[in-house]
Amino acid sequence: MSKTDRWDEFMEGVWRQNPIFVMVLGLCPALAVTVSAVNAISMGIATTFVLTCSCVLVSLLRKLIPKEVRIATYIVIIATFVTVVDYLIQAVSLALYDALGAFIQLIVVNCIILGRAEAHASKNSPLPALINALGMSLGFTLGLFALGAVREILGAGSLFGIALFGGSFQPWVVMVLPPGGFFVLGLWLLLFAALERRKQRKALEVAQHA
Amino acid sequence: MSSEMNVSVPLPQTTPPLVMIRALGLIAAICGLIIVSAYQGTYDAVQENKRIAVERAVFKVIPTAKSIVEYWALPDGQIEKVGAGGAAQQGAIKFYAGYDERDALAGIAAEGAAKGYADSVRILFAYDPGQQAITGFGVVSSRETPGIGDKIVTDKAFLANFPLDAKVSNDSLANEIRAVKNGSKTSPWQVDAIAGATITSRAVAKAINDTAQALVPRLATHLDKLKDKP
Amino acid sequence: MSIEIRSAPHIKAPRSVEQIMRHVVWSLLPVCAFYVFQYGLSALASLVVVTGSCLLTERWFTKTGTQSGDISDYSAVITGLLLALSLPPGFPLWMGAVAGFVAIALGKALFGGIGFNVFNPALVGRAFVQAAFPQAIASYTPSFLPGRFHEMIPSSMTLPLMQPADMMIWLKAKQLDALAGATPLAKWKFEGVLVGAEELLTSLSGHMAVGPSPLLILLCGAYLAFRRYMDWRIPAAVIGTAGLTAWLLFAFDSTHYPNPFFMLFSGGLILGAVYMATDMATSPVTPKGMWVYGALIGLLTVVIRYYSGLPEGVMYAILLANAATPLIEKVTQPTPFGKRAFSLFGRKKKKASYALHPGYISREDAGAVTPQKRFLSNKPKPPERES
Repeated sequence: MSKTDRWDEFMEGVWRQNPIFVMVLGLCPALAVTVSAVNAISMGIATTFVLTCSCVLVSLLRKLIPKEVRIATYIVIIATFVTVVDYLIQAVSLALYDALGAFIQLIVVNCIILGRAEAHASKNSPLPALINALGMSLGFTLGLFALGAVREILGAGSLFGIALFGGSFQPWVVMVLPPGGFFVLGLWLLLFAALERRKQRKALEVAQHA
Repeated sequence: MSSEMNVSVPLPQTTPPLVMIRALGLIAAICGLIIVSAYQGTYDAVQENKRIAVERAVFKVIPTAKSIVEYWALPDGQIEKVGAGGAAQQGAIKFYAGYDERDALAGIAAEGAAKGYADSVRILFAYDPGQQAITGFGVVSSRETPGIGDKIVTDKAFLANFPLDAKVSNDSLANEIRAVKNGSKTSPWQVDAIAGATITSRAVAKAINDTAQALVPRLATHLDKLKDKP
Repeated sequence: MSIEIRSAPHIKAPRSVEQIMRHVVWSLLPVCAFYVFQYGLSALASLVVVTGSCLLTERWFTKTGTQSGDISDYSAVITGLLLALSLPPGFPLWMGAVAGFVAIALGKALFGGIGFNVFNPALVGRAFVQAAFPQAIASYTPSFLPGRFHEMIPSSMTLPLMQPADMMIWLKAKQLDALAGATPLAKWKFEGVLVGAEELLTSLSGHMAVGPSPLLILLCGAYLAFRRYMDWRIPAAVIGTAGLTAWLLFAFDSTHYPNPFFMLFSGGLILGAVYMATDMATSPVTPKGMWVYGALIGLLTVVIRYYSGLPEGVMYAILLANAATPLIEKVTQPTPFGKRAFSLFGRKKKKASYALHPGYISREDAGAVTPQKRFLSNKPKPPERES
């Protein structure tokens, strides 16, 4: 596997198949916990941990796992790492644990993780599996951050807890409520669709000129 | 004709059950090992975090407290240190005795909960045995509308409701602690509701009242025991 | 030669969308004038800014070609005026501009423009700011204040993204008590104070924090209904059902529930019934459906006002009924002429004819351009190297 291949593998998840903006997967945590940038990034890190660990373990054990029971096995492995991350977050900060709530445990049903285990890790050796999982995780974390940053800026007038507009900022309450998640996600999808469209139009123009 | 149909189809390869069981057993063992080591590795830090969180919450409602002791107030009127003997009984109420730097009783804190506008509002309130009054409260968890319901901790007029009278008579509070509509507070046991956040204000009063009705009368006979840090 | 092929009904009416919308705007002008008379400069600024924001947004979306219709069809003006009338007069102007933008962008443009929207755009905008700025939208100011024509309500001029100033100080300087800023509905809900129905009907007496006079709105609505620019069934059904439900509850327990006239003339019920529920794109076209739709709004309004934490329920009632409109239309389809329809018991139904009512206008008549739908695929490319 050459260096560019690895880079491609990595960028697959970050950009071309971004879990949130392209595949639109794992929306439950994406909408629920992204009320602030810190929460979003914490959730991203927790998912990164679960995703990379499970993918590497699945990849290591792939020759051992009978295909009849593979889904059950993947879920057991994913659940294991979710439990580990649950303890780790409690050990790091209870406030963060309360803020993320049930969504830490719900990482277990995040379809990105099962999807990666099934579609990639079970068919590749540990190194590509790790690179792919890291790329996907980074893509997911960036997606969550994009949502969390907008919602925190409008919903609380701050970013990472630092006030941006001074004391008399009017918070947009809707942004920290569930509908805000949908609004912001919709706006990001709109932006990406517009970019894609412009790209296609440019490509068409170039093709016509040639 | 049927014999023609009987062409042997290659059967999908199946794994023998024993192999499956062995593989699953191995994976389960690996996973179990990972979970147990994670639990052991984080146990101390998690317990420490929980203790700090409780202390911080209690210190906030009893500002002069420097250390706390956890107690159960049992339904038969006895009190018992948490963890000292046996499991908690049915109907026991947990409370925290806060002590100042000279180890004298600074106040007593307990949790209460009541239905608010969006969900249950859980609060921690402080009871001062000397004044026989509820001196303040802090929010443990609430999902009240930001900007309206969460004014209960910022609204100066609302916080001026405290201390709330909580005198005891005949095994319950002498006067029920309850919210009244904005601007009509007449007695020291009434909570003057925030205009526009009446429901949340009511929830705070009810949460305090529900716990205090049961807890405060039980404490009355044990104040000597609680007076100094054990 | 081009032959136009269209589906039924084939009505040729000398009316266009633009004409109808223009009449609605005219009929709204007296209401707006009264509103300005009540609240002065701030109300005027609010009307101008909100409508301007709606028009700019409409202009942007029609120009970029993603929605049908034209800015000159007056529909954005109606949205803007209704939105401004449903907001408090001292609502910060920047929030009003946000409301106007959301109303057109989210309420209309994203669905494809005029005629395609599912929800009333003005109410979508209002629902958004209600959720975003619950405090600002609940702070009314008393009407007929002295000096309202040469002084803005201070909260109007709040800088963008900033919180409006506390109105208590300003009200105290005017020697009014703090409760003067509460709407009659909020007063009833949270303080148990009831205002007389006659006072509400004209909105003229005292310093009440109310919108334009319900009587005036009814008169303007009657003009529209008389000229057949609006179907009378929907307002009749809304007002009738709300009044009936409120009256039944009042008869059941007159100490707990207010009298039905208070229910009808307080808040935005009349404005909602006459101008918002009757939006042609979001209400049913079948006559029977209109009754069902109106009744649903009336009932929901009373239920929300009595049994929820909110003082006012018209907005959510109309939005919910908007969502139910396709279903209502489906179950109230009239039987086409000549078709034998049998009821459950096998009796022949004697129903005939298609509903012809003026609201049913074919879009092509208006010269509206239906945009070519160009849906670009945004799907992920098929995984190439994963095998």
